[in-house]
Amino acid sequence: MDSREDDGGEPLSRMAEWRDVTPLPQDDGPHPVVPIAYKEEFRETMDYFRAIYKADERSPRALRLTRRAIHLNPGNYTVWHFRRLVLEALNADLDEELDFLQRIANSNSKNYQLWHHRRWVVERLGANAGAKELNLIKKILSLDAKNYHAWSHRQWVLQALGGWEDELDYCQQLLEEDIFNNSAWNQRYFVVTRSPFLGGLKAMRASEVRYTVEAILANPNNECPWRYLRGLYKDDIKALVNDPEISSVCLKVINTKNNYVFALKMLLDLLCHGFQPCHEFRDSVVALRTSQPDPLDPDLSMAICDILEHVDSLRASYWIWRKNKLSVAAV
Amino acid sequence: MAELAVDKHVKYILAVEKNKDSFESVVMDHLRMNGAYWGLTALDLLGKLDSVNVDEVISWILKCQHESGGFSGNIGHDPHILYTLSAVQVLALFNKLDVLDIDKAVSYILSCKNLDGGFGCTPGGESHAGQIFCCVGALALTGSLHYVDKDLLGWWLCERQVKSGGLNGRPEKLPDVCYSWWVLSSLIMIDRVHWIDKEKLVKFILDCQDVENGGISDRPDDAVDVYHTYFGVAGLSLLNYPGLKAIDPAYALPVDVVNRIFFSG
Repeated sequence: MDSREDDGGEPLSRMAEWRDVTPLPQDDGPHPVVPIAYKEEFRETMDYFRAIYKADERSPRALRLTRRAIHLNPGNYTVWHFRRLVLEALNADLDEELDFLQRIANSNSKNYQLWHHRRWVVERLGANAGAKELNLIKKILSLDAKNYHAWSHRQWVLQALGGWEDELDYCQQLLEEDIFNNSAWNQRYFVVTRSPFLGGLKAMRASEVRYTVEAILANPNNECPWRYLRGLYKDDIKALVNDPEISSVCLKVINTKNNYVFALKMLLDLLCHGFQPCHEFRDSVVALRTSQPDPLDPDLSMAICDILEHVDSLRASYWIWRKNKLSVAAV
Repeated sequence: MAELAVDKHVKYILAVEKNKDSFESVVMDHLRMNGAYWGLTALDLLGKLDSVNVDEVISWILKCQHESGGFSGNIGHDPHILYTLSAVQVLALFNKLDVLDIDKAVSYILSCKNLDGGFGCTPGGESHAGQIFCCVGALALTGSLHYVDKDLLGWWLCERQVKSGGLNGRPEKLPDVCYSWWVLSSLIMIDRVHWIDKEKLVKFILDCQDVENGGISDRPDDAVDVYHTYFGVAGLSLLNYPGLKAIDPAYALPVDVVNRIFFSG
């Protein structure tokens, strides 16, 4: 990160501009415990910052000083806070401020202070800043497509300033790059359920189910589309059970005898909610247990729990619990 | 051997709390709610919580509660799950949870609940084990765990365990030792910790150690740091690894410390 941007990184004590300021050293007390061995540049910058802060000087040179301090420690929220006061006092160009933030964004992409400051700036710029901001966030997500801060900020921008029109396409693009990106799946759900341009979940359901089924068939071991599929039926479990596409994708995956764990889990949920399987389902599940000598449980749900207890052994206790719950319900 | 300079620390913390316009107080401006939690907990651990003006602290906390019920980090900032947990922890320390509009705070937390049973940072945010810890912790402290679908969330949480035995924080992400805390403490708070394979998790944490130089890393063979060392040890404590003190899953403090805070009047 370049800290030399504005003043060449020269020591402040040697700059004419700062001659009138007496730097204020940090007071660690008489017997400091675990004192930090600050580098000279850091110590000096913060000594001058403390002086300016104490004097409450909200000037252009104060603004430059906060930039220098931020480069040295972008986690110092005092400096960020004071920078906001100075920006306001100077009625500074906030588009330039966004440019500054973007330049340091890549090396500070998980810094809470930076994201908070960014939101503060965008709030003041208003609706016109929306499109540019969405573009800037894209750049950060192109380096880390799961950055939680970036996604939270993006959701805020969409809700506060709009820009929903292209968001579904953006999710599509990210999922083409990495179908395992849970954040992109989450954003897809966010758009489908909240975009004022798409007609809502029910209207989108059929096309989204088709999309998700395709994703599942390509990678049945991918946790994300299975969860997304369930989410498409939000409060409408009956519709989930009755949609032949859902039970059909479970059957298809189980028949491949490969990566079928999530398919079995979904089938179990369908059965628990009243799904009436045809014999094909039982035949396919039976076909999974070629190495087991003992016969499969006559109840298909119980049989699935037995299988999962073995093939998803990390969660064996969970599957035993599920099976017990079934027996209790059956009584 | 040096002693803990109790009086000095009390003086420092009180100075921070009292001088709302001072340099130091601004240091914690937008994290003030977290700062309050750290400062007040430290004071209490030092046996000096009564040095603080309880009414002032309570009144400031309540000014940070929004229409939605959530708490912000300071007056004028937006509500956020992190500060809602801190606000609840501070009020619990003072045994003043009754001043909270608990229903409102709880309803804010629940607005962050997702269909998979998990919680995000804000409504619509992706379910994330760290956020889940904050939400479940706050709900536990306010006696509101009955709003959690424990079976559904328990299943989402136990699905965080991957082949190596480690835990991730979101679907299809890599395991990380710190999730041995966030996921595990959440599971304990909702009585579902038996749904993961404890032995395999212990093995994963131990594999993350640097046995020559000490310390624990996020995953095997990475560089160690103190953050992951803490969460690795805390996770092992939750797993009843022999020789470790018990740790409270909601407060992330040793159980004897929590007992001392609550039961020594």
